[in-house]
Amino acid sequence: MSLSFADLMPILPELFLACAGMVLLVLGALRGNSATPFIGKAVLISFVIAFLILLGVDWGGTSLLNDMLVMDQFAGFLKLLVLLGLMVSVALSFQYLDQIICQRFEYPILILFSGIGMMLMLSANDLLSLYVGLELQSLSLYVLASIRREHLRSAEAGMKYFILGAISSGMLLFGSSILYGFTGATNFEAIADALASDLTPGALIGMVFVLAGLAFKISAVPFHMWTPDVYEGAPTSVTAFFALVPKLAALGLIARLVFIALPAAQDQVMQILWLLAAASMTLGAFAGLAQENIKRLLAYSSIGNMGYAMIGIIAGSQDGVGAMIFYMAIYMIMTAGTFGIVLCMRRNGQAAERIEDLAGLSSNSPYLAYGLAILMFSMSGIPPLAGFFGKLVIFQAAVQAELYVLAVLGVLTSVVAAYYYLRLIKTMFFDDPADAFENEISFSRRAVMMISVLFILLFILKPSMLVDISVNAAGALFAG
Amino acid sequence: MLASLAFYLFAGITLLSAVMVITARNPVHSVLFLILAFFNAAGLFVLLGAEFVAMILVIVYVGAVAVLFLFVVMMLDMSFADLRKGAMKYVPVGILAGGILLAELIVVFGAWAMKDGAEPVQPIPADITNTEALGRVLYTEYILAFQVSGLILLVAMIGAIVLTHRRRPGVQRQKVADQQARTTHESMEVQKVTPGTGV
Repeated sequence: MSLSFADLMPILPELFLACAGMVLLVLGALRGNSATPFIGKAVLISFVIAFLILLGVDWGGTSLLNDMLVMDQFAGFLKLLVLLGLMVSVALSFQYLDQIICQRFEYPILILFSGIGMMLMLSANDLLSLYVGLELQSLSLYVLASIRREHLRSAEAGMKYFILGAISSGMLLFGSSILYGFTGATNFEAIADALASDLTPGALIGMVFVLAGLAFKISAVPFHMWTPDVYEGAPTSVTAFFALVPKLAALGLIARLVFIALPAAQDQVMQILWLLAAASMTLGAFAGLAQENIKRLLAYSSIGNMGYAMIGIIAGSQDGVGAMIFYMAIYMIMTAGTFGIVLCMRRNGQAAERIEDLAGLSSNSPYLAYGLAILMFSMSGIPPLAGFFGKLVIFQAAVQAELYVLAVLGVLTSVVAAYYYLRLIKTMFFDDPADAFENEISFSRRAVMMISVLFILLFILKPSMLVDISVNAAGALFAG
Repeated sequence: MLASLAFYLFAGITLLSAVMVITARNPVHSVLFLILAFFNAAGLFVLLGAEFVAMILVIVYVGAVAVLFLFVVMMLDMSFADLRKGAMKYVPVGILAGGILLAELIVVFGAWAMKDGAEPVQPIPADITNTEALGRVLYTEYILAFQVSGLILLVAMIGAIVLTHRRRPGVQRQKVADQQARTTHESMEVQKVTPGTGV
């Protein structure tokens, strides 16, 4: 096998990011932590360049490097979303790192490397490339969670995340080895062929372990235990990153695995995902009610939202997966704005993370309050905001696939979850004012919040566009 | 004849030292027996014609992992006798778990069959060494996994440095560049000493 540069073209964005990461790493090692702002901006620009390269790459479903990776519409569009999320995460971190006096040049570089891992995950077409991509991503996330090592909560979050993540990787590997043992292949298409001729119980056991390992990464109930603690303990800009991107990549990976590698075991897979989705939606809605810390609240909210997104996969159709992508895109944009505002919650140089700290925000800083109110209305799915369309498309897909129980459960839990979203609004507008927050907001954070809120408000003008693109992208999984 | 003698020698010592690992009273002895077990397992691999795996076993497991264990065991100041005290009450559970695993192994072994059309593992051609055979697929078919593993190790290294390296104030470091840059002009001073006054 000879390898020419032309063969590598479909993963040019990843290659570019890897080179950029290593150059910036050397630069950081030479210049020390004082270079952090520069490296942060350089990483942001690298993501923009990778985004542009990705637009120019062929999305025609070429597989490369001995079928380890595939670059199709599905991978392409999700990679664009991942890169957008990465840009937002880096942009949100600038001022925050300065405020918590944690200027470490490794921070943006680790985000960059985890980004490479996520992009590889989305292209993965082989159990081996799936695993290396996932591990590159996770390892960077563990370090990021504990980057404030002198801070007890942050160190604890990193430790917890690392140990549970290692266990889930172990389950994933165990399942992969069983799948390999029973099908004799690691390539997704080859696994599908082997299972189509002979669906052995052993292979199903392997599949269950693989799905369990992946469910951990998207924090689906009952593999969600790490989420609230890690969200609360990690520095807020890292929490924002965790909420924005990795789950999108992991969901994309699950969709590809389910529809490319395991179509023969569709019934069994969907049963598992059905339970995961139902449990996630229910727990996300009810456990969120009791939370006082806004980061924990958002953790439960993300658990619930993963449940909704999974409905799209369970629907098992091109429209369903399209709905999943669309839902995740909207969720990402709403979360970006929400975390922009959570990052602004600082008083006397300390982060104020309790919900009651928001009291009277409407009189202290009305712009933030109205922004957060719009975001929360959208999260709880009130029309005509973007969040409503996300839920609408998901439930539509569920009804089309005759998943009535899931659809009804989804509507009911989103009504319950609306309580805690609306409670934030009530606290901001009707409670006795607390002290004002520090009102110094950097340009990049302001830009993220503005774009997020404007997108949600104006989405109604042309809702079909993003839906069409998502459904189109999902088509790649159902072409064969 | 010689080969089977060597096999029984290596296998016997591996088993014996594995038993010693869990029965030795002194944890340092346990680690040393573990190293012996690794060495003999490496011998078994050589007999199988897998020199590369044998060498990796010696280099990675003996050279790095076991030595790390030894460091940890020697440095941790903990009483292993105390740890052992309550161990007897877990014996029934241990026997139960072990029994189930054994039963499962017997079932699996009894029901084990090759799939129709599956080919047994091919021995590598005699004209290339197995290191070369590995290299041929590692850098072609599995180049992606190989390179990304490299990135993972890089991230692990960054992580280790981020989480443990700290700059302590007041540490006197040798700065070679500064030392080289010194000139006689700035490090020596010629004093005119007038007799009877001192410097």
